Amino acid sequence: MNFFEEISHRDRVFEFLAPAASPVDVRHGPILYLEDVSVSFDGFKAINNLNLTIDDGELRCIIGPNGAGKTTMMDIITGKTRPDTGSVWFGSRHNLLTMNEPDIATLGIGRKFQKPTVFEALTVFENLELAMATDKRVLPTLTARLTGEHRDRIEEVLNLIGLAQLHHREAGILSHGQKQWLEIGMLLMQKPRLLLVDEPVAGMTEQEMERTAELLTNLAGEQSVVVVEHDMGFVRSIAKKVTVLHQGSVLAEGTMDQVSNDPKVIEVYLGEGA
Amino acid sequence: MVSSNLNTSKPWLLRPFNERSTQLFLGILFGALALVTILHLAFPEGHALHVSAYTVTLLGKYLCYALLAVAVDLVWGFLGILSLGHGAFFALGGYAMGMYLMRQIGDRGVYGDPVLPDFMVFLNWQELPWFWHGFDMAWFAFIMVLLAPGLLALIFGFLAFRSRVTGVYLSIITQALTFALMLAFFRNEMGFGGNNGLTDFKDILGFDLRSDATRLGLFIATGIALAIGYVVCRGIVLSKLGRVSVACRDAEARTRFIGYRVERVQLFVFVVSAMLAGVAGALYVPQVGIINPSEFSPLFSIEVVVWVALGGRATLYGAVIGALLVNYAKTVFTGIMPDAWLFALGGLFVLVTVLLPKGIAGLLQRRKAPEDSAQAAGQEVTA
Amino acid sequence: MSILRLLTGLLLLLSLSLPAGVYAQSSDSEASALLQALADSSYAQKQQVISDIVSSGDERARTWLEAYADGKLAQTKDTGAFVFVLSNRGRDWTVADALSGDTIGEMSRRNIDRIRINNALRKELEGMLSVIDLTVDDADTRLAAARALKGEVDAALAERIGTLLDTEADDDVHDALTEALAIYQVAQGEVAAVAVLSGSLNPQARVALNNAAQSDNPELAAAAAKALESIQTKLKINSAAETLYFGLSLGSVLVLAAIGLAITFGVMGVINMAHGELIMLGAYTTWGMQQLFPGQPGLALILSIPAGFLVAALAGIAIERTVIQHLKGRPLETLLATFGVSLILQQLVRTVISPLNRSVVTPEWMSGSLMINEALSLTLNRLYVIGFALVVFAGLMLIMRKTRLGLEVRAVTQNRAMARSMGIKATRVDILTFGLGSGVAGLAGVALSQITNVGPNLGQSYIIDSFMVVVFGGVGNLWGTLVAGLSLGTINQILEPWAGAVLAKIVVLVFIILFIQKRPRGLFPQKGRAAEG
Repeated sequence: MNFFEEISHRDRVFEFLAPAASPVDVRHGPILYLEDVSVSFDGFKAINNLNLTIDDGELRCIIGPNGAGKTTMMDIITGKTRPDTGSVWFGSRHNLLTMNEPDIATLGIGRKFQKPTVFEALTVFENLELAMATDKRVLPTLTARLTGEHRDRIEEVLNLIGLAQLHHREAGILSHGQKQWLEIGMLLMQKPRLLLVDEPVAGMTEQEMERTAELLTNLAGEQSVVVVEHDMGFVRSIAKKVTVLHQGSVLAEGTMDQVSNDPKVIEVYLGEGA
Repeated sequence: MVSSNLNTSKPWLLRPFNERSTQLFLGILFGALALVTILHLAFPEGHALHVSAYTVTLLGKYLCYALLAVAVDLVWGFLGILSLGHGAFFALGGYAMGMYLMRQIGDRGVYGDPVLPDFMVFLNWQELPWFWHGFDMAWFAFIMVLLAPGLLALIFGFLAFRSRVTGVYLSIITQALTFALMLAFFRNEMGFGGNNGLTDFKDILGFDLRSDATRLGLFIATGIALAIGYVVCRGIVLSKLGRVSVACRDAEARTRFIGYRVERVQLFVFVVSAMLAGVAGALYVPQVGIINPSEFSPLFSIEVVVWVALGGRATLYGAVIGALLVNYAKTVFTGIMPDAWLFALGGLFVLVTVLLPKGIAGLLQRRKAPEDSAQAAGQEVTA
Repeated sequence: MSILRLLTGLLLLLSLSLPAGVYAQSSDSEASALLQALADSSYAQKQQVISDIVSSGDERARTWLEAYADGKLAQTKDTGAFVFVLSNRGRDWTVADALSGDTIGEMSRRNIDRIRINNALRKELEGMLSVIDLTVDDADTRLAAARALKGEVDAALAERIGTLLDTEADDDVHDALTEALAIYQVAQGEVAAVAVLSGSLNPQARVALNNAAQSDNPELAAAAAKALESIQTKLKINSAAETLYFGLSLGSVLVLAAIGLAITFGVMGVINMAHGELIMLGAYTTWGMQQLFPGQPGLALILSIPAGFLVAALAGIAIERTVIQHLKGRPLETLLATFGVSLILQQLVRTVISPLNRSVVTPEWMSGSLMINEALSLTLNRLYVIGFALVVFAGLMLIMRKTRLGLEVRAVTQNRAMARSMGIKATRVDILTFGLGSGVAGLAGVALSQITNVGPNLGQSYIIDSFMVVVFGGVGNLWGTLVAGLSLGTINQILEPWAGAVLAKIVVLVFIILFIQKRPRGLFPQKGRAAEG
């Protein structure tokens, strides 16, 4: 018995190898910095000379018609797609283009997908447990044990996302809106420095939307949040600064009022009948 | 699932012992081992209750298959990787053991060469190939039983998982892998006895392989190996890594985005599974007395998968049930009407996948399920 | 002896100089007299008699001499008539009249006296026979005779060839004769003749040059060595061409086997492990057709093309309806279930027909080979298979690009839900697609029956290779399948000589595994969002 205890404690010896909680260097201002990024699929330019800067602690909304390149931009930041040209920096120290998805996630960029993806065969509790910021290498994961501290943290998030009652149920049975919440909860468990949130309120009720808005605004400051959303009412309710993407590059940037009065933006939206 | 939460404060390898299904499994397994041993030893030959040495060996063979099935279920059920090439790991473990047994023959072979196995003498080889060295020592051979399949799984898995080859692609490639190995092992130049493989074994660790006592010992050893293998797999499944595996199986991209290196998780579990398959092969060889390239045949590997499918994937005990049932049926069928076996096997593939996707374990759970949901409903009402 | 030869030669020349029309049948009595002389004379005299026969200008002379060289010319003891022995098995031999050519029937062998011949004479005769052939009207016969002469030329023949060359109008025959002569001249040490042989692919020419390269004459040796070098280069090119041909033929077999799979896998995402058995059904259909039309293998084969397609297509549709449609969206289970189907089909053939291989006859127009030059000849059956594969490929491309079905199939491939909402009946498309893919497997089986054994395991040996082709080429891309199939076939053939068949297979496999590292979606991947799935 002691022997096994011994083995399972071993991982703690290696803990100093694990990345520190937040190695991101934001002393020089922005937390995310995209410069001259372009990517094309089969000749179609999905992203075209995109320049974007997100400041530390900022809440930024990104809007734009379908095909403006919003999801592709997130793919590039999280390491799923490699751009043809340009550079992407996280803080002033980390070149994201040299890293893969898990590294980027560990570094502190969390992402919520457009279509909610949770682990349906696992319980709500387990979904959060997996997302929790711990050593995610293979052997430490094998020997990991759930401490009281971990449990508290999970319970805290469970309460926050309103799924405490359902914590032992499989995530597969949740409603669409509940899955959205669970995914946001998983994001929180990751304790990211930067949250990329793709259409967080799709399928939510009016009431749930309000709670989401409240949550995201609360998060900003500690963390930086980038929200991609179609629902203009929702954007208006949370946004301080809005970026409009069109055909893969920035069309306009500013407050919601500035942007919505910009003739270029009006043309893009009205011109396309949106 | 609440129970698994309570469980998570224990070291991972001890968690299975707190689980009802594992307790039940180990109880039945050890009970069966004890029963067979008693029936074999206590009753004289010819007695109605006597279990012959032949039957003991046959059961031992089934247990080897069961361990192999558990290994396949670990990667298929929990990781979503359908390996159609696990027979290759089984066979490699078997060959490692076979090489040891071959060296144990010494000068008792037909040609009486003290070092070279018969087939090498027959091929006019002058000296032992380099990879045969060390296999005269049991400890070395037993390490190779784990290492050879583990290494193959490591290299193959590294290449496959790194480039994110999954799903049917991976299945096809694993099948091609075992097919290629079969072709290779058929060649005499490979130095593994070619077509005939390795056979004519005399003894293991000094015990005569033909004696009833050794056969019983091997049977019991296989049972214990199955128990250990089962607990290790169950331990992995109940650990956080097990949950990450399920996460990889169901939403690979998502798992990556929360910071897990999916390919390493896959590689780890795949290698563990390959090693277990190797152990199964190593125990199989002394009991059947031969190892030849036909163990590499794609048909065998895919047959293993249907054992798991029949028993019910992602349960581990289902794999054991499936392996025992199908192989028992095979023994019976090939005894009375050999032609019908392939019809039966083919039909089994179709019926299980179309009509019984959750296997026998699914049937067992379904009978239990109404009680559970009734309970849950009751709880909610009282809450 | 040489005087005699000279005489023969002159006589021959005389006969050759006569216009072809002058050839006539001498009266039977004259003919009998000539043959009687042949039968009666001593070996020394026989040569003279042979010359007489040749110079008689009788058009039957060739048949007589040929039969004589084969030891088939005989005289009956009772009537003294001259006969050809057609069969010399048993007590009674079948004979034909040597003068009229009519079959007489069986005759006791005791009554038959064969006209004796010895080896020296036989050799002489063979030379003469080809010389006779060199003078006929038909250019093909002349060419064959001229080719046969290579390495057989002696002094007398050389002289005759020299004369013949002046009158020969056909270029090919002229070249062949020149070469035959040059081989002789090189052997005689004539340096000038070496130039003629430079680049020749004839093995006799190589022997002559090899000998010359060893000669004491430095000039000759140097020239010969140089000529040999150029021959080697040419041989290498030819063997490369041969490898390429074998590679392409193996490749087109792979394409045929894989392209049906590319359709079912690419369009429906269905892994059909019974695909190999559908190929087997096609091959067995060919065999069945030949049982229905005994003695007409050509007709049976042509009828097998639609029949094989139908049989396999119906079998495929049956599999789709009974098994695959219940497993939508579960590719791994589909793989297992169809594997079960493949086991059942194999065992069915074993039980119903036979576990042994059946032989399928190759029709005459498909056997034999096409001779490109003396070092390279292409077997016709493989040539047909290559052609067939290309036709099938073109047909499929046409169906996919130009028909309504093709359009619907492509729509369903790209976005099933969307296609369905546009009013495309996805189920109907599934059935048709699966039928089409399976039918093509049947066609592959018909083709395979011509180059390999037809047995219950036929399909198994192609299924893994077919999957490799599809994976290599990129799923859902017919061009990819074509390129991948042809290149894998060629790579296999290139590797085989120095690695052996088994190792070549393993090397190809490892290559594909490594290739997938670089391009996980194959040579021609589907791009864009749809492919992300």
